[in-house]
Amino acid sequence: MNWLTSYVRPRFQALVRSTGKTEVPENLWHQCPSCERMIFHRDLEGNQRVCPHCSHHMRVGPDYRFASLFDEGSWTRIELPKAPVDPLKFRDSKRYTDRLKEAQAKTKTQDALEAAHGRVGDLPAVIAVMNFDFMAGSMGAGLGEAFVTAARLAVLQEAAFIVVTSSGGARMQEGTVSLMQMARTTIAVEEVKEAGLPYIVILTDPTTGGVTASFAMLGDIHIAEPGAVIGFAGARVIEQTIRETLPEGFQKAEYLLEHGMVDMVVHRFELKETLARVLGLLREPLRGAEPAATTEPAADDFSVPTEAMADATDD
Amino acid sequence: MSSLLDFEKPIAELEGKVKELRHLADGSDLDLGEEIARLEGRASKLLSSTYGKLTPWQKAQVARHADRPHFVDYVKALITDYTPLAGDRCFGDDHAILGGLGRFKGRAVVVMGHEKGRETEDRVHHNFGMARPEGYRKAVRLMKLAERFRLPVVTLVDTPGAHPGIRAEERGQAEAIARSIATCLELTVPIVSVIVGEGGSGGAIALATADRVLMLEHSIYSVISPEGCAAILWRSASQAETAAEALKMTAQDLLGLGLIDEIIVEPLGGAHRGRSTTIESVGNAIERHLEAMDGVAPADIRHRRREKYLHMGRELE
Repeated sequence: MNWLTSYVRPRFQALVRSTGKTEVPENLWHQCPSCERMIFHRDLEGNQRVCPHCSHHMRVGPDYRFASLFDEGSWTRIELPKAPVDPLKFRDSKRYTDRLKEAQAKTKTQDALEAAHGRVGDLPAVIAVMNFDFMAGSMGAGLGEAFVTAARLAVLQEAAFIVVTSSGGARMQEGTVSLMQMARTTIAVEEVKEAGLPYIVILTDPTTGGVTASFAMLGDIHIAEPGAVIGFAGARVIEQTIRETLPEGFQKAEYLLEHGMVDMVVHRFELKETLARVLGLLREPLRGAEPAATTEPAADDFSVPTEAMADATDD
Repeated sequence: MSSLLDFEKPIAELEGKVKELRHLADGSDLDLGEEIARLEGRASKLLSSTYGKLTPWQKAQVARHADRPHFVDYVKALITDYTPLAGDRCFGDDHAILGGLGRFKGRAVVVMGHEKGRETEDRVHHNFGMARPEGYRKAVRLMKLAERFRLPVVTLVDTPGAHPGIRAEERGQAEAIARSIATCLELTVPIVSVIVGEGGSGGAIALATADRVLMLEHSIYSVISPEGCAAILWRSASQAETAAEALKMTAQDLLGLGLIDEIIVEPLGGAHRGRSTTIESVGNAIERHLEAMDGVAPADIRHRRREKYLHMGRELE
C-alpha cells in the first residue's frame, strides 16, 4: 500500500460517492451495488429486490423472506427467547450493550434471527431467517438460543426446518460464548435430522465464518442465491495470508456449486417453487410403508443402538 | 531457553547471573554459595510473582511459546503402542492434525491433536498447526473409527485457527469444520479435550466439542485472535493487548463463564519451564476424567454431552 492507494483513492471514491448520492432523491431510486445502474423503487420491489438490469440479488430481511417463502397467509411468527445480555461485559470503542440496543432499535427485533412457522407447498415448515442488518447477522448466545427454539418447534410440529443464512460469522463481542454457538446450533440440527425431518439451508449473501462452519454447511440440501458470497475465511484475510489475488468469482455461489459445496444456485424468482418441490419429494412416504415414526433416530451408523451393534459384530 | 518472552527478561537476567557465578565458583576456591543462593531466591520470587499475575496478553504469549510441550511430546510420553493413522480417504493427509491409535495408561484410545511443529522446517511441514479440510476430515474419520470400536477419544488442541487459503476454501473448509463438530456431538464414546496451548476459534472447537474440556493454566481459547479482534474492532492490531483483555479468553475467565470444566495447573514459570511435569499433569487429568465416565451407557454419554452444550447459553441469562 502506498499513499496513492491508502489516501488518495479512498478520498476520491468518497467524493464520487457523495456527489452520486446527492443527485438521487432518497427512497425513490436505488443504485444497484453491482451494475451501478439506477432502479426506480417500485420496479425493485416488484422484482423481488433483484436488479432488473443485471439480476443482482439485493439483501432482504426476515419479513421479506417469510412473505415470499411461506404459502400466502399461512405463517405465524414464533416468539423467541430473550437473549442473554453481554456475558463478557465487552467494550471496544462502544459498549456491546449499546451496540445491541442500537441494532434492536434499528431493526425492531431482539437479535439477528427471526423465525416463523407455517406451510410451504402445503407442507408444514419452520423457517428461520438471519438478519444481516442486525450486527452483520452475527451469531451470539441469543441467536443460538433462537435457533435451538426454532429447530425444536420444527421437531414438535413434525415440520421441515429451513434456515435462510446471511451472516458475517460469530459475534466477537461474546468471545468464546459465541464460539460455543457453533456446537449448540449443530445439536439443534442433529435433533431435526434424527427426527427424520428435512433440514434445508438457503445460503444468501453473505454467509461466512462460524455460521458457515456450523449449521449452514450441515443441510440435507443446500440452495444458494446467485452471486452470494459464501465461505469460511474472509477474502481479505486470505489475501493477506497468501499474498495473492483471489481468482475471479472466488467464494461466490456459482463457485461453490462448481466445487461441490451447494446443490444448486437458484434465482430468487424460483426459490419458493424449488423449496416446495424439494419438500414434496423428500416428504413423500415410501409406498407400502407405514407412516414413518418420526421420533426414531435417522438411519446413520451412529444411531444404531449399541446392543444392535454388538449383535451385528457377534454374527 | 531458546525464545524468551519480554516479561521474562528480568528473570532470565538473574538466572544468567547465577549461571555466571556458578561457573566462576567452579574454577576457583571462592565461596560464592551465599551469593548464588540469594540470587536464586530472587529469581524464583520474581518468577512466581510474574507468573502469578500474567495479563491475558502475556498468557497469549505463553500459550504460543515455542518450547511448550506439543502434541508429539504428549504422545511420546503418554501413549504406548502409538500407531499413527493418516489421510482423509478423500484428498490427502494433513500434517497440522495428527492422530492415531494407542494405549493411554493401559487403555486403548484414539488420540488426535494439532501439531504446530518446532523448528522452521518442521513448522512449515505442520503448517503452524493450521489445518486444512483434510485435517478435519481425518479427525472425523478417526472419531468414527473410535465409535465403531468403542474407544474413548482424547484430543489435544493447539492451533492459531483453521488455515485461510484458496484451496482450503475450495475443498470446503467450513463444511469440514462443521462436520467435525457434528461428529463430536454424535459419538457415544467419551471425548476428553485438553486445550494445551492456543485454542483458535473454529479450528479448535472442531476437535474440542467434548464431554470434558480441560485447559492448561496459561492456555487460551477464543473466537478470534486478539490481533484479529483488535484489527476489526479497534482498527489497529497494536490494540491486541486491550482485545486480549476484552475477549475473556484465559482458562480462568472461561472456567468462570462455565465454558470449560477444569484448569490443569502448570509448573511455576509456565509449561515451557517444566515440560515433563506439565505432560504428567495433563495425563493424570485425562485419566481421571476418562475413569469418571467408565461404565456410563453410550446413549447417556451423548445425551449428557449435548445437554452440557445446550445448557451453556442458558446459564448466562
